[in-house]
Amino acid sequence: MTQEHVVVIYPHPDDESFGAAGTIASYREKGVPVTYLCGTLGEMGRNMGNPVFANRETLSSYRKQELMKACKALDVDVRLLGYRDKTLEFEQVDHVAAHLQSILEEIQPTLVITHYPGYAVHPDHNALGTAAIKAVGNIEAVRRPELWAQAIATNYEKELGEPDIRHDVKPYWDKKMAAIETHLSQASGMMSLIKEKPDFNENEELEHLRYERFYRWNYNN
Amino acid sequence: MEAIIKEKVQQAIDQFADKDVYVHLETTNGAYASHFDENAYNVGAFIRNAKVKYEHGKIVGSGNAYRVGLKLDLGWVYAEGVTDYELDHQNRLLMAGHDREGRLMVALEISETPFSHESVEQS
Ligand SMILES: [Zn+2]
Repeated sequence: MTQEHVVVIYPHPDDESFGAAGTIASYREKGVPVTYLCGTLGEMGRNMGNPVFANRETLSSYRKQELMKACKALDVDVRLLGYRDKTLEFEQVDHVAAHLQSILEEIQPTLVITHYPGYAVHPDHNALGTAAIKAVGNIEAVRRPELWAQAIATNYEKELGEPDIRHDVKPYWDKKMAAIETHLSQASGMMSLIKEKPDFNENEELEHLRYERFYRWNYNN
Repeated sequence: MEAIIKEKVQQAIDQFADKDVYVHLETTNGAYASHFDENAYNVGAFIRNAKVKYEHGKIVGSGNAYRVGLKLDLGWVYAEGVTDYELDHQNRLLMAGHDREGRLMVALEISETPFSHESVEQS
């Protein structure tokens, strides 16, 4: 029986915390190792902290530190893929896919989590999701991990149907909030939104954060 | 960064004149503009490490937003909406404009050495 191992592939420090912290925490609770392959350092981010403490040249260093803290809070391994924020869609897809595949062949995960191409809003999300799906598809079928794709776009459910996986991460809420809070340069807006309206029923943003939803990728057709 | 002191920024601009310098120029309203508001447009542009030489440059404006123009042999470098500046420890002139929530809207940076793509540990 293969050892369970989860690999999360997103492009930005904080995607893991906003998008999958509860899911990650549930695997860590079961003792399943989780590795985060983080595509960029988010060095072109618009948020500089509020009040501002970073600038365009120092932002990557802050975000790298924040990422390390988040991964510590979530108790996951992290690997930096070294691409540059906003430019992933201009890289050669095959090149990025081969890069990812080489890491996946080494880790041999049982589950890969990434963004759903075309439904993930940020061009980096769409591009890295495309490459990740390709990378997993290039692994021979007997060793191929399961792949879950996360959509973010408004109304994605209308076009894709109901997600196959819908995790209510309320049991891991404190962990998820702790992970989000480590992203100090990015998360202040979201944190004040949460503090203003801490009630799940009244706050749409909280609902998004509470249910982590994924589509199971079908490689057979 | 701190709020622009026009004279200091002008001094820094003068100091880079007639030298080969690297420029980072950027404007953005974020990758999520049309996600949060379907009537909004995503607009942005950046150029990193453009190598230029300007004969002179000026910072113009007053109060809380400034314009910066650098006159090149064959053209111009221009940024509007600059609010803050910093001369960092590598003697690079970093200028940026931020909105009320502290989000970057425009940046213009000038350096005698190329801008790196690496992060450095913060002390
Ligand atoms: Zn992201």
